[in-house]
Amino acid sequence: MTATGIRIGADVGGTFTDIVLELADGTLASQKILTTHDAPERAILEGIEQLLDGNGIALVSVEQIIHGTTLATNALIERRGAATAFVTTSGFRDVIETRTEGRFEQYDLNIVLPTPLIERQDRFVVEERLNARGEVLVPFDERQAAAVIGEIAARGYQSVAVGFLHSYRNADHEHRFRDLIQAQLPDVLVSISAEVSPQMREFERFNTVCANAYVQPLMASYLLRLETELQQRGATCPLYLIHSGGGLISVETAAAFPVRLVESGPAGGAIFAAELAARFGRKNVLSYDMGGTTAKIAIIEDFTPQTAKSFEVARTTRFKKGSGMPISIPVIEMIEIGAGGGSIASVDSLGQIRIGPHSAGSEPGPAAYDLGGVDPTVTDANVALGRLDPATFGATDITLSPGRAIEAIRERIGSKLEMSDETAAIGIAEVVDENMTNAARVHAVENGKDLNGFTMVAFGGGAPLHATRLMDKLGLDELLVPPGAGVGSAIGFLRAPFAYEAVQSHYSRLDAFDLAGVNRLLADLENEAREFVRMGTEKDLVTERQVSMRYKGQGWEIPVRLSASRFDELAVEELARVFSKAYEEFFGRAIDDLPIEAVSWSVRVASVIERPERTAMLDAGASATADSRRQVYEPVSGVAVDTAIYSRDRLQPAMVVSGPAVIVESQTTTILASHHQAVSQIDGTLRITRFDQ
Amino acid sequence: MSRQAVQFQVMWNRMISILEEQAMTLVRTAFSTSVREAGDLSAGVFDRHGRMIAQAVTGTPGHVNTMAAAVPHFINDIGPERIYPGDIYLTNDPWKGTGHLHDITVTTPVFIGAELIGFFASTAHVVDIGGRGYGPDGREIYEEGLRIPIIKWVERGELNRDLVNIIGTNVREQDQVLGDIHGLAASNETGRRRLLETLAEFEMVELDSLAQFVFSRTTEATMAALGSVANGVYKNEMRVDGYNESITLAVELTVSDDGMHADFSGTSPLSEFGINVPITYAQAYFTYAMLVALAPELPNNYASLFPFTVSAPAGVILNAEDPAPVSVRHVIGHFVTDLCLGAVATALPHVVPAEGSGALWNFQVSARSADPTALLPPVELLMFNSGGTGARPEIDGLTATAFPSGVMTMSAEATEQIGPIVIWRKEIRENSGGDGQFRGGLGQIIEIGPVDGYQFEFSAMFDRVENPARGRAGGADGAPGRVYLDDGTPFATKGKQTIAADRRLVMELPGGGGFGDPAERCAAARADDELKGYVG
Repeated sequence: MTATGIRIGADVGGTFTDIVLELADGTLASQKILTTHDAPERAILEGIEQLLDGNGIALVSVEQIIHGTTLATNALIERRGAATAFVTTSGFRDVIETRTEGRFEQYDLNIVLPTPLIERQDRFVVEERLNARGEVLVPFDERQAAAVIGEIAARGYQSVAVGFLHSYRNADHEHRFRDLIQAQLPDVLVSISAEVSPQMREFERFNTVCANAYVQPLMASYLLRLETELQQRGATCPLYLIHSGGGLISVETAAAFPVRLVESGPAGGAIFAAELAARFGRKNVLSYDMGGTTAKIAIIEDFTPQTAKSFEVARTTRFKKGSGMPISIPVIEMIEIGAGGGSIASVDSLGQIRIGPHSAGSEPGPAAYDLGGVDPTVTDANVALGRLDPATFGATDITLSPGRAIEAIRERIGSKLEMSDETAAIGIAEVVDENMTNAARVHAVENGKDLNGFTMVAFGGGAPLHATRLMDKLGLDELLVPPGAGVGSAIGFLRAPFAYEAVQSHYSRLDAFDLAGVNRLLADLENEAREFVRMGTEKDLVTERQVSMRYKGQGWEIPVRLSASRFDELAVEELARVFSKAYEEFFGRAIDDLPIEAVSWSVRVASVIERPERTAMLDAGASATADSRRQVYEPVSGVAVDTAIYSRDRLQPAMVVSGPAVIVESQTTTILASHHQAVSQIDGTLRITRFDQ
Repeated sequence: MSRQAVQFQVMWNRMISILEEQAMTLVRTAFSTSVREAGDLSAGVFDRHGRMIAQAVTGTPGHVNTMAAAVPHFINDIGPERIYPGDIYLTNDPWKGTGHLHDITVTTPVFIGAELIGFFASTAHVVDIGGRGYGPDGREIYEEGLRIPIIKWVERGELNRDLVNIIGTNVREQDQVLGDIHGLAASNETGRRRLLETLAEFEMVELDSLAQFVFSRTTEATMAALGSVANGVYKNEMRVDGYNESITLAVELTVSDDGMHADFSGTSPLSEFGINVPITYAQAYFTYAMLVALAPELPNNYASLFPFTVSAPAGVILNAEDPAPVSVRHVIGHFVTDLCLGAVATALPHVVPAEGSGALWNFQVSARSADPTALLPPVELLMFNSGGTGARPEIDGLTATAFPSGVMTMSAEATEQIGPIVIWRKEIRENSGGDGQFRGGLGQIIEIGPVDGYQFEFSAMFDRVENPARGRAGGADGAPGRVYLDDGTPFATKGKQTIAADRRLVMELPGGGGFGDPAERCAAARADDELKGYVG
């Protein structure tokens, strides 16, 4: 196949499937169509076809298709996975059921804890036991294992998860069980915890291997169908998947470790923001993505999104920490809260306005959609305040009804609090903005960052409406709204490297450091990661190594980057120094004289991504001319004022829009208050600052 | 309601969010297992009179009003005329702080110019405070460790090095303890800076008007919530195991237009061991019980706590006075919630659950060389474990889950990483939930033993072995707890004992009581219990 430089990104979300086509010269075209939940590949294939037809391109000349999907996440949330069994160490059958033994909500007598992914009748035990050093305390009981396999066959499980205690130190027993089951039941899929997530802490590891096994049959067959259909339609290019860590993996790897696809869409968004950061040379960026149901906030430093080794999916109660299931895999770190355009506003017992977590979704949608929704939403507040104009709203078939929006706000908020319609709408907007601001602050603190000097990048349909207010509340001085914000995640897929991160727990105190063991581990992890990456690319690779560390006696580790690939005595001393410095950055001060412990090690291998060409920011040039004017609420003066309306696609580079103003485009709207100005950049990005700077 | 009100609401939420940041930082840096695993900490902001405006959501009910009551003591003992910008104060006095010496409360005044506008306070449980170590064995407070009166840790920016030296000299893990105190002080400082930024953003120079807004809103909501219990007197009694002999806990709750008052007359006398409860701590679990039942949405502050008052005769176990030993006051203190909920059960039949296992089955293991000549280093291990909670009026109880405490358990793999212990078993205890229309939460079975040439000195403090959690509205009692060695040797539920190198200790944790007539339990629920092996 000749190099055409034509690539496709396909992001399947809860409501929309976004397809982005990149041509050889780098121009982008996009298509947004409704997701087909029964067979997600249908929307992808249709979207690709429409987009290619529209641009006169044949599928055969596409060089690469990159795909991200919420399918695995939704299967976990909606519990639509396979009949799955879990096999574990005798004495530990209930680890995924008894969880942390805590209540995620202290003040709720009727709290309901999440149901385990694999119920008790589907969990089996085998006599075997390792100690914390991976040595055998109780040998693997072959006879009992055979009996369990007999039961698995009899009950017809499609998929089996295996998790034994301390298998992150020694995987022999897990391997043995897999060999036995595969010899007897070749059609049953088997996931073992030592491969899926070799990290210490049994609840998290067991839950992760169970999640992998649970979604594996579904994901494997979906990926196979998609690949086959693409080939039948003439595609000759490879299909790659984006994973939750923001890298690309082959279809085979994705089918073996589908749990790594969870939250891959939002990861694409963070890469999208990181690319913009690199283009404009912004080293500290706060990525703010707001859609219909949630807002997601991530920190991007040195053009690289922050990562973590675990996260929580399928939170059952108000996105509250602890109400979901932990997944221990490398992931782009972000905070997600129930603050989207469809989030519903209500009044609580204190007479305060609350937003979310319930969302009106697309059915019935915000009251302003006039599709039967009666609850006021964030979108309704934006309509009532004049920020969204019925005449220019979106590319959808919806005609906004300001009357319905105001009615819902009056009924559910204003009349209860004896507030005017306008004050109630302002209240909704203020509270949702404050919620997102607080989430951003907490996220920064949890990551040891001070947001001072950060640039915000806003994308997703809802973010540009709220971003200037967040920027003010967080005290940030610069906001960028990139072009293509509405399909940001899918664009991000096209900017992702081939990458794989291998993680393993290996406890070692620095004052009694296991030199040989750690060196062997780092080499093994690098080989493992390299092998996965080589399935997708022949390009040059970069390797990054990290270790999570703490003082003896603490329970929470901080990540420390390793500069060397091997350890000697000097490197261990250096590690202690680097840890102390990192700790000080997180918590303000280091502690002398306490032993330091290393807990988990990770190696990430990635293809080298060419950074986008650095683009200088344009200074303000000529003023843009407004298309029209209308009354829009302005937060500084606190009243509705006569406001200029601009079409984004008519803004030329260096043109200036001064607030108060509304900048409209097909998939979103950007709001400027009276002290903001926007300067349009070469690539169409809006750079927004305050006058007082 | 005006724009001003919206602004106050935004500020109020901001305060809670700032405090939450503080609490999370404390959890992450803490050396004490009970802080990082159990959230045994607290952070709050106060007005200049020492009235709490807001408190972090993270934290344990035990600190709900103990810390809220602490700040007025600070103002009084330091003396208003000696409160300067740049000061930081601390105490661990059980009767002026949060109920035992292991909790250190740090308070920082906030000034704008020369004007005092408020305080930040935070509390955390430290790893050690000297004395006999953490346990019930001291017979007077003096044996339980170093007691620090309300004192200046920092004056006008100058650290009190003598005090640092005294604390460092008197505790076992001085780096960790001093590290945690510095952490509390740093956390208040973060709060102070954030507060000043927020006030500047809203162009305010005082906290009084915000406090007024918070208190009036909260008072209204609290009184409205209290209205769902008719005025009158409500009583309850409960038996728990105690240390040597069973203890009666009694309460008489008086509900009036002004609030709720709990009187603990009829409660058993003080124990000679450190399971006694300062009344401020009993008040915390009483207040928690009422708020969780009546007004779960209300954030804690001066006005939400104000209507809840307590009294008790001198010398009862829920009113321990100086110098009674109070080190493990939580063991009995946690039962106060079930006691008080039980009193209003008839008034709130659709709200109050059956009794649960209540007290945690925590234990501290001192691993020592089995062969005294082998010189293996000593290791201390702490584990938190929970039995079942009581069935709710419309839902089964929670299996192996802490209530009213906010504790979480620790990973078995992480625990085994720290010391010479093997946790051989930790799983659901079948048939331990009280039967009923709604079943009590199940307890769990834990089996542990020493390895690698060690034996254990084991400090047992387990309750609900003699006195199981009672069912409600016709529900059956939960199964009582059991403790024994794997060879069948009985093991005392209280006090220090040895677990030999080749033995294992088996703990069967109690289940929660059932709710409603067992005959009313639906067939599907029974079938599910059987399918999952919860019952059978």
